Amino acid sequence: MSFSETDIHRLIDGELPPEMAGQVAAWVAADAGRVRLAQACREQRELLHDRYDALLGEPVPAAMLRTVRDGPKRARHAANQSMFRRTAGVVLLAGACTAGGWFGHARLGGGAQVPAADSLAALSQRAAVAHAVFSPEVRHPVEVTASDEAHLVRWLSNRLATPVRAPALGPQGFQLVGGRLLPGEDRPVAQFMYQNGAGKRLTLYVSTLAPSAATRETAFRFERYRNVNTFYWAQENRAYALSGDLGREELMPVVRSVYEQLGMPADGPAATPAKDKP
Amino acid sequence: MDAEALVALIPRLRRYARALTGERFRADDLVQDTLERAIAKWSLWRPGTDLRAWTFTIMHNVYVNQVKRSVLAAESLDPDAGMETEDSGASADTLAQLSALNEALQRLPEEQRAVLLLVTLEGFSYDEAAHTLGLPIGTVMSRLARARARLAALLEGESAQATPAVQLKVVK
Repeated sequence: MSFSETDIHRLIDGELPPEMAGQVAAWVAADAGRVRLAQACREQRELLHDRYDALLGEPVPAAMLRTVRDGPKRARHAANQSMFRRTAGVVLLAGACTAGGWFGHARLGGGAQVPAADSLAALSQRAAVAHAVFSPEVRHPVEVTASDEAHLVRWLSNRLATPVRAPALGPQGFQLVGGRLLPGEDRPVAQFMYQNGAGKRLTLYVSTLAPSAATRETAFRFERYRNVNTFYWAQENRAYALSGDLGREELMPVVRSVYEQLGMPADGPAATPAKDKP
Repeated sequence: MDAEALVALIPRLRRYARALTGERFRADDLVQDTLERAIAKWSLWRPGTDLRAWTFTIMHNVYVNQVKRSVLAAESLDPDAGMETEDSGASADTLAQLSALNEALQRLPEEQRAVLLLVTLEGFSYDEAAHTLGLPIGTVMSRLARARARLAALLEGESAQATPAVQLKVVK
């Protein structure tokens, strides 16, 4: 009986009936090249398990458990989506005249099953565009400068109708330059700009989530648009996008810091803007 | 619906997603989207059939859609996109620095990576992998062989200075 390379894989993967497995094993053993192939396949399997099995022991994130256990609630939620899309369609008409179309427009009619993912992805694009537009500005990078931070934060909180904060990124080497109000998809959004000693700029884009958004907390997602790297996520009913022309490894610690600070109560250590400056 | 049966699968979905995407956050994102999709489509699952295969199929579809969508949405999301199929040698230095296995996996074409991971990491039979990915079993086997050869070559490249590459081409 003659065998082929395929049989080596079948042997390794337990796909052969026992009597044939014995024959193939003997055939493999008779040739150094076949032995090496079989050995390499086994080693790869061990490597993969060594590297990834730790995930099996990690606690499951709460958001995943909620998604599964609150299943029926979510189904009702999907029914509400059609209402959201009707409303959003009207806004699209208005929005098309203004900021739309930079990288292709948000997919408002996207599948009902992952609406949050779609609108978050669209948000990250708008954040990247806003970064690309304003961060090169020398004279007018922001509407309100950091010297008037208390006013900036009050103003943006009023316009977004929710408390917003400019996290302190000093430990990461970035100082607040200021911020501005921008039009989002269907609501006002805030942009905070930071700069480090080397003149590199970051922008933090903050939006409230639509009441119909399916996901109110997400993991960090990453996108790259042209030269702008953007991490974005949803946290406590707000969507955030942090953009910069920095490498993603440089951006990541900043993202974590922002996330941690914004997750703290407003009167926590991150609440720098509370007190008025002279 | 049996929510707990699906909950019990989450660790395996996370492991597979992590190896598939190569990134912790993207992986959990993929799992989250997969679970949402599974819940939305729950009525389509027939009790008595293999929940694991059904869920992995959903994950595969979500993943393929995500990849497609991100490629459409931004010209180049992945700085390495396009070099995954045919690049050679150039990666040797970076591979040594980064997590070599993860990096090497990400350099496999997506369709080879999925087959390799389902069979070796998840222990799917060829038949189960074929059903999960919607492929003929012959395609599963050929992709598996190519994936293993390519992964071995990539991992060898990492230590190419030390040892000569193992040839994974074998005689009949």
